[in-house]
Amino acid sequence: MLAMPEPKAEIVARRAEIVAALAARVGAANVISEALRLKAYETDGFSAYRRVPLAVVLAETTEQVAAALKYCHEQGIRVVPRAAGTSLSGGALPLEDAVVIGVSKMNAILEVDFEDRLARVQAGVTNIGITKAVEGEGFFYAPDPSSQLACMIAGNVAMNSGGAHCLKYGVTANNLLGVTFVTVEGEVVELGGEHLDAAGYDWLGLITGSEGQLGMVTEVTVRILRAAEGARAMLVGFDATDVAGAAVADIIASGIIPVALEFMDRPCIHACEAFAHAGYPLDAEALLIIEVEGSEEEQDALLAKLQAICARHGPSTMRIARTAEESAAIWKGRKGAFGAVGRISPDYLCMDGTIPPGRLPEAMRGIGALAERYRLQVANVFHAGDGNLHPLIMFDANDADSFARAEALGADILKLCVELGGCLTGEHGVGIEKRDLMTAQFGPVDLAQQKRIKTAFDPGWILNPHKVFPLEHA
Amino acid sequence: MPEALTSGMEAPADEAALAARVAAAHAAATPLAIWGNRTKASVGRPVQASAAVSTRALTGITLYSPAELVLSARAGTPVAEVEARLAEKGQHIVSETPDLSALCGEDGAAEGPPTIGGAVACNLSGPRRIALGALRDQVLGIRAVNGTGEVITSGGRVLKNVTGLDLCKLLSGSRGTLAVLTEVTVKVMPAPEATATLVLRGLAPDAAVAALSAGLGSPFGVTGAAHLPAPGRLLGPGGPATLLRVEEFVDFIPYRTERLRALLAAHGTAQVLDTEASLPLWRAVRDAAPLAVAPGEGAWRISVRPSAGPRVLAALEAAGLRGFLDWGGGLVWAAGDGTEASQRAVMAAAAEANGVFWTMRAPAPLRAALPVVPDEPAPLAALTRKVKAAFDPKGILGPGRLYAGI
Repeated sequence: MLAMPEPKAEIVARRAEIVAALAARVGAANVISEALRLKAYETDGFSAYRRVPLAVVLAETTEQVAAALKYCHEQGIRVVPRAAGTSLSGGALPLEDAVVIGVSKMNAILEVDFEDRLARVQAGVTNIGITKAVEGEGFFYAPDPSSQLACMIAGNVAMNSGGAHCLKYGVTANNLLGVTFVTVEGEVVELGGEHLDAAGYDWLGLITGSEGQLGMVTEVTVRILRAAEGARAMLVGFDATDVAGAAVADIIASGIIPVALEFMDRPCIHACEAFAHAGYPLDAEALLIIEVEGSEEEQDALLAKLQAICARHGPSTMRIARTAEESAAIWKGRKGAFGAVGRISPDYLCMDGTIPPGRLPEAMRGIGALAERYRLQVANVFHAGDGNLHPLIMFDANDADSFARAEALGADILKLCVELGGCLTGEHGVGIEKRDLMTAQFGPVDLAQQKRIKTAFDPGWILNPHKVFPLEHA
Repeated sequence: MPEALTSGMEAPADEAALAARVAAAHAAATPLAIWGNRTKASVGRPVQASAAVSTRALTGITLYSPAELVLSARAGTPVAEVEARLAEKGQHIVSETPDLSALCGEDGAAEGPPTIGGAVACNLSGPRRIALGALRDQVLGIRAVNGTGEVITSGGRVLKNVTGLDLCKLLSGSRGTLAVLTEVTVKVMPAPEATATLVLRGLAPDAAVAALSAGLGSPFGVTGAAHLPAPGRLLGPGGPATLLRVEEFVDFIPYRTERLRALLAAHGTAQVLDTEASLPLWRAVRDAAPLAVAPGEGAWRISVRPSAGPRVLAALEAAGLRGFLDWGGGLVWAAGDGTEASQRAVMAAAAEANGVFWTMRAPAPLRAALPVVPDEPAPLAALTRKVKAAFDPKGILGPGRLYAGI
């Protein structure tokens, strides 16, 4: 179990006073203080850890966020920013002495401009909500995390969320123009705007992925893109992981950047097939789903080239979608992967390391050996083009030993990713989950530099405390 | 012995020597001007420093893995060397780094070609910025020396990485004022097999940006969208030229250009240029060659939302400047008299359009007297000071380069 800080007794003791002060600033209707309602905010997508917060503010305006932050800053009260609470790393996990400031009520689309190809939205708009607002004109918002039906743009900015299509379209940071940012002192500033690039320091780049450590975001201006004419997928099965990895390298070297290039290992193939009946080959050790975009003719040409490349590696199965429906069938299993694993195991931890793609065979062997050592099953699903691994560690939360082994296995897998030249997290963030592993990736000088930046924004370290930085550093 | 340079710049031989030099400057609290090869000497405010330190001796590509789409190079490596190495494998950096030596290298100041470290320190991107991102979007990892002489790292060599604060983006464009870049790791991509350009002639800026927006909002993969009011020798006679670029596999080009031609029919009849004609044209746009800047003139970049570009251009023309549009109208390049009146016209036009500007070239006294980038509102200016101090507590790295007194 990860160590959690002791709540500050003097803050907890002032609870009634704090709730009243917040209500005076943001309206009583926007403050939650009843035990039963607070319970809904005790955790996020990393549900093994739960802490009921002191109070929850659900702000309706930027000014209310600013007022709540200013008060907490002046009083030295810890703040946990929250959007949809879908974080898989505990990024929105509350503390007993912290006020949660949520933006979920701020869910208006403020402006859509197809000529300038941008949308300005409030921070509580869901990721899919942006695409829904622009798809009628053939546009979309590119980053597409798996949680996109629920997750909100404020959380996407905080975690610099990715998705299956970022090899071609980039992650959140690459698709932002500006944010309305509230400092811990309650000052409201615009970072970026409607234009490209920063003239001074790149504040927008710095706060994207800063996990609520530096301030809060209340409005976001994103770039919207015109969707390609069409897209189609192919599915290729291989008898060995190494061979699939070699095929991925050949695809990239050929000059084709598929819009998605997904890898699944045998346990994951089986789980998905049992769940979705997508027609996945159960004899394969590794499965690639490759998607290309363009006109019908371009899709045909690209798929034919990919087919020829894969054929050189002796695939056990190769299936090319001829229609959008066949494409959807290929994706059906992959998109249900997390649910599928959830069906065969009482609980699972979804890891998120990144490795250099060339080290895939070593990573798979290493993960296999570690899983055996910890006596746990692991299913691997993986954004193969960019090396972002999602090992799903299956365990039983009702068995404390099983959970302890799962956490230890997860930590060892991430350390392996760093040893192979990769990193702890590709798109889920550090949160509390990977907090204590930061020293595996960063030396003391690097961590100290990051901490000085944190201090420049948040001198009292009240924002999203005990996350990102190892506990002894906070 | 460090290499002797005509400018008197010191060029430490490796990262450790550079770190020791900065540590010594920190201990003595003596400011340093930070350079690569000084090809962008006129960008930013003049720095008052007793010594100048260059990264030009830190050269060499340290990692190139084409199948992993990643390349690392020491900061002083010429951009051209990186590009040549990538071209051997049919790859490139999508943000197509401009070569501004002719525009921004003060007479005789440059000590060599533009370096990859200098490009990242200025976050310079060419026409593909509008479609595929800035140079800062390609930076995956950095090594740098902060203002106390410590070697810091951020990011790494993988394409997806959200571990810790993203100093790669913060240092990109910070012009060496937070830390001296010693090595950068960038994402690389397959370079296109072929390039085509659709050219519309005779459009006014408003009509041109409408055409560019139609192209950029199409599914046909426009990767460059510029408008040259006076293309001069770059194209034959015919007045203003509106340019849309498509880059694809050779076999895909005819379909894309035909569909775009049809889409743009309402805006005019587009001529199509092939790869051979397209490449020099876009290189010229990239390097701001259409400005044809004369000695003594100033040059500026202004970034606004694309639909505001024509308005900014008109305001600058009214002030006696000339210019052209890139990034679908969102980047206004301007040139004219290197005077306070010109500088103030640029500042006013950028502010009116809710955008930002960069002074790329102007006489040093003017760059010392007036902002070279927009002043920040008070809360951000306070953060700029605090973050600067978090890297460089004694303010020795290029003091005053971005903002007076910081």
